[in-house]
Amino acid sequence: MSIDISERPDGMAAPAHPEDPYLVVESLTVKFPTHDGLVQAVTDLSYTVDRGKTLGIVGESGSGKSVSSMAVLGLHDPKHTRLSGSIRVDGAEVIGASEDRMRKIRGNSVAMIFQDALTALHPFYTIGDQISEGYRIHHRVSKAEAKKRAVEMLDRVGIPQAGRRIDDYPHQFSGGMRQRAMIAMALVNDPQLLIADEPTTALDVTVQAQILDLLQDLQREFNSAVIIITHDLGVVAELADTTMVMYGGRAVEYGATREILTHPEMPYSWGLLGSVPDVTGDADARLIPIPGNPPSLLNPPTGCAFHPRCPHVDKVPGDLCRTTLPDLVPGDRGENHLKRCHLANPGEIYAEEVLPEIAPDLIDPTTGELIPELATVDPDEV
Amino acid sequence: MSIVTNSGIERAPEDSGASVGNDTLLEVRDLKKYFPVKSGGVIRRTVAHVQAVDGVSFTLGKGKSLGLVGESGCGKTTTGRLITRLYDPTSGEINFEGHDIGPLTRRQMMPIRSEIQMIFQDPYSSLNPRHTVGTIVGTPLRVHNMVPEKKTLARVQELLEVVGLNPEHYNRYPSEFSGGQRQRIGIARALALQPKLLVADEPVSALDVSIQAQVVNLLRDVQDEFGIAFLFIAHDLAIVRHFCPEVAVMYLGKIVEIGDRETIYEHPHHPYTQALLSAAPDVKQAAIGGRRERIRLEGDVPSPINPPSGCRFRTRCWMAQEICAKQEPPLLQIGKTHKVACHFAGEMHEAPQRPVTTGLLGVDDQGNPSNGTPVAEIHDQPGYADTWFDLKTQSVTSST
Repeated sequence: MSIDISERPDGMAAPAHPEDPYLVVESLTVKFPTHDGLVQAVTDLSYTVDRGKTLGIVGESGSGKSVSSMAVLGLHDPKHTRLSGSIRVDGAEVIGASEDRMRKIRGNSVAMIFQDALTALHPFYTIGDQISEGYRIHHRVSKAEAKKRAVEMLDRVGIPQAGRRIDDYPHQFSGGMRQRAMIAMALVNDPQLLIADEPTTALDVTVQAQILDLLQDLQREFNSAVIIITHDLGVVAELADTTMVMYGGRAVEYGATREILTHPEMPYSWGLLGSVPDVTGDADARLIPIPGNPPSLLNPPTGCAFHPRCPHVDKVPGDLCRTTLPDLVPGDRGENHLKRCHLANPGEIYAEEVLPEIAPDLIDPTTGELIPELATVDPDEV
Repeated sequence: MSIVTNSGIERAPEDSGASVGNDTLLEVRDLKKYFPVKSGGVIRRTVAHVQAVDGVSFTLGKGKSLGLVGESGCGKTTTGRLITRLYDPTSGEINFEGHDIGPLTRRQMMPIRSEIQMIFQDPYSSLNPRHTVGTIVGTPLRVHNMVPEKKTLARVQELLEVVGLNPEHYNRYPSEFSGGQRQRIGIARALALQPKLLVADEPVSALDVSIQAQVVNLLRDVQDEFGIAFLFIAHDLAIVRHFCPEVAVMYLGKIVEIGDRETIYEHPHHPYTQALLSAAPDVKQAAIGGRRERIRLEGDVPSPINPPSGCRFRTRCWMAQEICAKQEPPLLQIGKTHKVACHFAGEMHEAPQRPVTTGLLGVDDQGNPSNGTPVAEIHDQPGYADTWFDLKTQSVTSST
């Protein structure tokens, strides 16, 4: 089967500058007025995603990671949402765009894979109907052609006997197959930007590996930009080129994945790394959880949103953490690594206090230094 | 090969009896649970069985923990529910402190229920939203008459403190708590009766990453403090490795590999275990960059209504040969504390070319009966024997 990217029957203009980032989000703020007050779901969020690259967004539930990417698709009800900032998809502004225009983008140049495939698929329609619906909306084709395309897509995502399974209903598919069907649905129009919201969270590890491999293969094939939203640092480590850590609706650390995961400079990122046991390393080591609970977005803490849970607050002179919100600025490690933290010497604290606790096997026992091949990052590759 | 047939594999009764020593709390022997599948219509005949758990054996020592890992549908939750007797076993023995609790009636189970407690997966649906925390944690105390009515509240508050909740919050409702706090309430309820065995069914998988670590640490503290044995059921290999010194890997209702933590994670011999381990994403990968080589398993777990013949993993196994479809591999002890069920058991890239089990099963390399005398029956016994089948020398060895 051949899928030609240049052939776009919907007549969408070809990108003016192919080397520009495909998606640019600038100071995005999303607020939801509720009976209890204003929920500040996302505050002042900026990021870019290039074609053929993957951005990983990590954070706990309620950190704003899903809300921000749903805004890209214009999925928030304008009556109950206050949006500000700018989201440009291929140079075109999305915020404030008319519903007609959004409909041309949605599922066509930008598509989304939702977390729970069982609830995201309609139980009354066959898988084939659901996949071909999106294709027929954006292409002038007959039902038969759309169905052919749906079979092709199901086959592409690795569902055996796609021609026969096309008339099945979602409940006849297993969890992994449903997730594949969702991916087929998202990819049916060859989107330039794919947002995957926790695409593997409900799946078993072997199926998760299959889905991640599939996403990566498809990305290589179509050179799409991908945003992968997850709470699993392992998934980010293996898939994402750049990583953004979110906390309390804000980006708290942003940079190249390798850089963020090997030299994190923000105590929340340290906490995340310390909370996950890994399949190698010392089994008897105690996990270092982040104390406390995620903040309420109705009433976010003053200053740095992480300060009530941060074990390093007293290392910052004065009451800075409690009173002043730190900016997202480059730290000691250069322009490619942004962090939102007041700590003056995060590199030292991480190497001396945090790393020996969370990953003692990365420290050379004789010298007390980081084991070079695991710790150093080649600047050319960042 | 004759040495094999004479000793070791078929263990003498007193040998297996010895494993039920004073240190053993729970011994599960050939446990099976088949759920009937009914036909439609007025006469709902049983047309098939879901073989959810099919011959599982293991032992669990006092104050120890055993991890059960596997994908959804492999029978790990059913095993946990059989041990807590939320389900009645189809056959097999569940020896708790030396007594088989499998056939006990509801009334007879009553005193034992306080000894075996369970922590459930979903903290949102396992707590009654209309009951206060005090009622939820206090109910087991009242049902089992653990403390006088007047002292119930004091005990509830004590328990809440143990699990790290504010004791003043006993009259709040579950909806007022976050996911991690609710799971703590579930743990307090399970601890109320001072059980000897806790079956924790995916206790942290519904929680956020940063909260997971808090709950895992709490469970560890509880185990150290009260000496409770844990059957820890989870699909997250890293969490299980962190919590359990002994790990059993299940696939389609059977244990395919069981052993101590180091062996299972460092030297897995079953292809399924190897696939599971290679599939788990690893944070440290970021330092090396990109994705590492992994074993790609094709397809999904087959239906337990009609499992594949022979080895149940063969439909997804990259090493499967003719013998795998014909003969079911026995769960063979190949190390001091290591059992594996595979005809081609071996470490990654070092799997043997010829099946290792032919001599034991009395078959040739294709799985057809041969002239060799088969061992009468290779029944999987709970626990570990003092002698085992060494893969390198193809003979029975012992630790001495």
